[in-house]
Amino acid sequence: MSKFLVFIEQRDGVVKSSSLEAISTARKIADISAGSVSTIIITNNPENIAETAGNFGADEVLVVKSTNEYSPSVFAQTISNVIGKINANVVLFSATSMGKELAAILAAKLKSSLISDIISMDWNNRIEVVRPVYAGKAMLKLASKGEKVVITLRPNVFPVIENKKSCTSIDFEVATLSDTKYSIVTHTELKSSGRPELTEASIIVSGGRGMGGPERYPVIESLADSLGAAVGASRAAVDAGWRPHSDQVGQTGKTVSPNLYVACGISGAIQHLAGMSSSKYIVAINTDADAPIFKVADYGIVADLFEVVPAMEKAVKAL
Amino acid sequence: MKIVVCIKHVPDTETKIVIVDDGKSINSNGVKYILNPYDEYAVEEALQIKEANEESEVVAISVGDDSTQSSIRSALAMGVDRGTLLKTGNFALVDPFSVAKILAEEIKLESPDIILTGKMSIDAYGSQVPGLIAELLELPVVNLARDIVLSEGKATVKRDIEGGSETLITTLPAVISAEKGLNNPRYPALKGIMQAKKKPLEIKEINLDETDVEIIELTYPKQKPAGRIVGNSADAAVELVKLLRQEAKVI
Ligand SMILES: Cc1cc2nc3c(=O)[nH]c(=O)nc-3n(C[C@H](O)[C@H](O)[C@H](O)COP(=O)(O)OP(=O)(O)OC[C@H]3O[C@@H](n4cnc5c(N)ncnc54)[C@H](O)[C@@H]3O)c2cc1C
Ligand SMILES: Nc1ncnc2c1ncn2[C@@H]1O[C@H](COP(=O)(O)O)[C@@H](O)[C@H]1O
Repeated sequence: MSKFLVFIEQRDGVVKSSSLEAISTARKIADISAGSVSTIIITNNPENIAETAGNFGADEVLVVKSTNEYSPSVFAQTISNVIGKINANVVLFSATSMGKELAAILAAKLKSSLISDIISMDWNNRIEVVRPVYAGKAMLKLASKGEKVVITLRPNVFPVIENKKSCTSIDFEVATLSDTKYSIVTHTELKSSGRPELTEASIIVSGGRGMGGPERYPVIESLADSLGAAVGASRAAVDAGWRPHSDQVGQTGKTVSPNLYVACGISGAIQHLAGMSSSKYIVAINTDADAPIFKVADYGIVADLFEVVPAMEKAVKAL
Repeated sequence: MKIVVCIKHVPDTETKIVIVDDGKSINSNGVKYILNPYDEYAVEEALQIKEANEESEVVAISVGDDSTQSSIRSALAMGVDRGTLLKTGNFALVDPFSVAKILAEEIKLESPDIILTGKMSIDAYGSQVPGLIAELLELPVVNLARDIVLSEGKATVKRDIEGGSETLITTLPAVISAEKGLNNPRYPALKGIMQAKKKPLEIKEINLDETDVEIIELTYPKQKPAGRIVGNSADAAVELVKLLRQEAKVI
């Protein structure tokens, strides 16, 4: 039996869609394994959370009201206290920076196994999961041998499924740490570009060295805006100083799995593919018909991106 | 200051991965191994901390097999003072908990002021080991550092998060994992490479206990069917957008 606890990540009261993916996944496995789905949220603004969690299949939500800043130590201890109380044996996080951080601390606290960044989960009289390794060149299928397991789910890979349950809301106390060793966030700065965040975006338009310079990015930004997309970059573009590091997709940058990834002037080096090959559809626009990106692309146009991209934008607007 | 850096010996991303007959591991023959690129940032940061604090020592620790010595020597060539190899058999895809337990035991013996790691190993792709060792040592962890300032027993760390950045303060000792951008790792000078050969590299045999994760199988990713070249000029854009709407249904 799988008794799930799903950590609901939020910022400013807004629940991350990757957390809804995690709740939906837990519900699916719980239904075929006679299990249950508990969730936990730590927030100062828990409005409507029982309804939100219930809509995607949660049986209960443990609401920890806390006005404190994010502290990995305090959050992990709080989640550990909840697990002690409800006896969950499968704990899910999204593989965001916060999720991965908390998952590791929690697994060590629980002395449970830890499996990170999975892209599929199945029930075979036990939970079996798959995660990419070696920069996506191999897939590793795993099962936990222990009683408890902590798992993180790659964002944007698992579907969000509506499945209305009446979800009980239970208040829970934030942990107080007895010792003086801890880390805490003292300052947060959110940059708002008006575009979706890369790891959460369902469409990404990315530009590489083929862009030729920072002043030419408005061409793809404009297409991105017509699609409601995020803008990404290859390492070549970032290292040249054309784009900030936070835009980099790939092994040294972000791992993304949008529905649509449009690679403009990107050759498709293995380190770039490592960060985006789990995208559902890939479009490549490149002047070089032999560029490796065409090997992973679903659709390609072999032509100058500065002609193709504006034409695409025009066609999108005409839809 | 005593600084421990955890480093991993990993296959270069460019190398071709060949899965062996057991269907659970790769053939390491002919695979080029390197010092994990993120761990180079951790080594560089350790060296900079050493240079700014008199009487400091930097120790590199790695869980690996015999061939791992070459990556430890690379760290020694950059300027690390000594290395310790915790020698096990096949370690690449061993569950991170088992690796973290071995590392934590050894770090306890060293009792450092700060423990630096990379943000992830490029073979296992986990970002799991730093948090695990921190908790096993009952120390705080801060991941993805892009800037570290030490003062008065504390570290102030800046990092990027989804959609922005944040600053954390942590007490020391702490485990801090390095993200690209933290610094520019130095290339070992010829002198460093010569000196590295004489620096102490201790090898300790470790018995890897029963691991707590079962590897069911290692497979190649599903090959996608060849994609379609929609056209060779901007005129194809209209057709492409139509396909994205009607066939792929993604816009
Ligand atoms: C340890 C390590 C980590 C790395 N991590 C990353 C990572 O995280 N992310 C990453 O992206 N890379 C990473 N790299 C770098 C990677 O190996 C490649 O160097 C990089 O991805 C190349 O970027 P690019 O495709 O933009 O440039 P290039 O390879 O130079 O490709 C540019 C492409 O643009 C095309 N082009 C030029 N002009 C036009 C035009 N007008 N219209 C259409 N097409 C045009 C060209 O045909 C070419 O294919 C890493 C490398 C190492 C060693
Ligand atoms: N076998 C190992 N030996 C030493 N350090 C390791 C080992 N595996 C992982 N690490 C450290 O932990 C970091 C994160 O690795 P991972 O959790 O595997 O992604 C790496 O960048 C290393 O600093």
